[in-house]
Amino acid sequence: MKRVTLALTLAFAAGLTAQAADAQTLKTVKDRGMLSCGVSQGLPGFSSPDDKGNWTGLDVDVCRAIAGEIFNDPTKVKFVPLSAKDRFTALQSGEIDVLSRNTTWTISRDTSLGANFTGVTYYDGQGFMVKKSLKVNSALELNSASVCVQTGTTTEQNLADYFKANNMKYEVIAFGTNDETVKAYEAGRCDVFTTDQSGLYANRLKLANPGEHMVLPEIISKEPLGPMVRHGDDQWFDIVKWTLFALITTEELGVTAKNVDEKAKLENPELKRVLGSDGNFGEQLGLTKDWVVRIVKAVGNYGEMFDRNVGAGSPLAINRGLNNLWNKGGLQYAPPIR
Amino acid sequence: MSTEARKPPAQIALKIRRVLGGKTGWNGIAVQFAFAAILGWIAYEIVSNARTNLENQHIAAGFGFLRNNAGFDVNQTLISYTGSDTFLRVFMVGLLNTLIVSVVGIVFATTIGFIVALCRLSPNWLLSRIGELYVEIIRNLPLLFQILFWYLAVLAALPNPRQSISLLGIFFVSNRGLVVPSPIAESGFEAFLAVLALGIVASLALRFYARRALFQRGHLIRIWPYVLGLLFWLPLLTMLVFGPPFSFELPQLKGFNFAGGSRIIPEFVALALALSTYTAAFIAEIVRAGILSVHSGQMEAGASLGLSRGTTLRLIVVPQAMRVIVPPLTNQYLNLTKNSSLAVAIGYPDLVSVFAGTSLSQTGQAIEIIAMTMGVYLLISLITSAVMSIYGWRISRSLGA
Repeated sequence: MKRVTLALTLAFAAGLTAQAADAQTLKTVKDRGMLSCGVSQGLPGFSSPDDKGNWTGLDVDVCRAIAGEIFNDPTKVKFVPLSAKDRFTALQSGEIDVLSRNTTWTISRDTSLGANFTGVTYYDGQGFMVKKSLKVNSALELNSASVCVQTGTTTEQNLADYFKANNMKYEVIAFGTNDETVKAYEAGRCDVFTTDQSGLYANRLKLANPGEHMVLPEIISKEPLGPMVRHGDDQWFDIVKWTLFALITTEELGVTAKNVDEKAKLENPELKRVLGSDGNFGEQLGLTKDWVVRIVKAVGNYGEMFDRNVGAGSPLAINRGLNNLWNKGGLQYAPPIR
Repeated sequence: MSTEARKPPAQIALKIRRVLGGKTGWNGIAVQFAFAAILGWIAYEIVSNARTNLENQHIAAGFGFLRNNAGFDVNQTLISYTGSDTFLRVFMVGLLNTLIVSVVGIVFATTIGFIVALCRLSPNWLLSRIGELYVEIIRNLPLLFQILFWYLAVLAALPNPRQSISLLGIFFVSNRGLVVPSPIAESGFEAFLAVLALGIVASLALRFYARRALFQRGHLIRIWPYVLGLLFWLPLLTMLVFGPPFSFELPQLKGFNFAGGSRIIPEFVALALALSTYTAAFIAEIVRAGILSVHSGQMEAGASLGLSRGTTLRLIVVPQAMRVIVPPLTNQYLNLTKNSSLAVAIGYPDLVSVFAGTSLSQTGQAIEIIAMTMGVYLLISLITSAVMSIYGWRISRSLGA
């Protein structure tokens, strides 16, 4: 139903407005006094609500950082939970300002949806989870298995490619939401549950007996996850893109939520530039000079964000791996702020 | 000559005027045309404006995507399909899956509905209470909930494939579905099929002849021995002459699942079960209302002729009740078809799931896909309505009303 509503909204918006998408997202957000952020319907570590309705997670923190730099208040975010199928339509129709929903960056999504990826918040790859009792040690032993998958994801296509490339047969059962997929896997409808590997670890925590399930070693795809914004508003695109770069830069410089005020007072030229006492990069983005300070105060630096949500400090305990900084063996790299 | 002179003048112009303009005559027609033109212009403006805007926003538009490769698989396909087929093929696969579950659902819903209605009307206290209980429970619970109940209940009750329940060693029931031997055509297949078709046609002709004889001349002809011969003994004879028409491929457990044989997936079973039992509750009430609308004197008249209750119902009451039953029954059929789109909750690959779901998010072309899907549901509903209208019209005509 939601999908039909969104499609109709999009159709009316496209059909009745005289102009194309307005290039004033920042102004709209400021006028509204609230950032509208599209997130998942519940994926621990990335975006999930607690029992009081507070959203937490890596994707959630990206939106909190944006709200932080605009309003100096990370709570001014309205989170819109979206299924994998509805997410792009919600962004196109203008219901959300930014889509931060563990979405894989692909060329088709970047070119045909009228939206742009702003960067990579998490380098992921698709994996498989099975019951230990099946005594399977490799994805190559999965011939003729039944696989549960969430519909409308790159996962579904990678799955088809992988089994075809390895000349294996399989049966796919595709569900609308993540929870339905996990429930069917748990009920024994399928032998294998597949999604991004971070998602496998996150979903394993939801199962009744997490210890009875194992994630297979194979990673069958590249899944760079990142936020998306609408086409045609370069200023907004820059803001979201540089929010992520600011998070990474502050980790490089050792600026944390706790020490950001002291660091801002130091006479280090790079720190002065990044934290806003020198230059006016924030104002050029349409924000304030202390935009990076605001971001770090809101959510910490990238490393803190990672640890708190998916890393060592969280139940998921995922290694930094590819998501470590470029100078520590990972891929996270930000262009200089100067 | 005189008959021709008395013929009324050609009234085509008059008819057109009445159809288009109603009571207001030619002025009305002008207004109608102007109104249609304005509507057409608005529609054109909306479509062309949408196209320009989508283009400006670099959102892909148009139906070209239907020729692109889909790149994902579907677990129930009535026509051959692989991941390298096009989105158009996905559309067909989804449409057929929707149709099959709707047709199966309609057949079962109608059967169960009639049985429950007759139970409710039965003089037997226990039967009528059971019928009442069925209707009151089923129709008062949300359908989505019932679908999930059947799905999870069916799944939970069944073992995994390695411990599947075997019936006679050829049918296997597990949480992967019901696996049955699949027939493979053999040399005698064409002959068998031809003879069977011939038998059916001949039986129908025989029945037609017998009914005419009964209604026009009052002769009662017993045709069942001939029908039995045509439909059973004749094909059997062909089998002996031409060899067996098909052999069966038996399912075998290989690795995780059964290889060979045909499989009915649990999603289909759960959806068909939930749709038919749910709709049956409404149909039961419609049928009950229809039967009660026939005057009780008809039932008494049947009884006084010495007909049994069942025969009276079948020959006298139900045909008259059908006039009342058919229009609301059509509504229920339409509801069932549209409700089948709840399939997405349990992973049954219907049109909404594979086309308006997966295909939509793979291509991002929401407007086109949603429009196509809505168009298809509209078309299915209109066709169902038309067929039911024709059926209703035939009943009315045969009752002379």
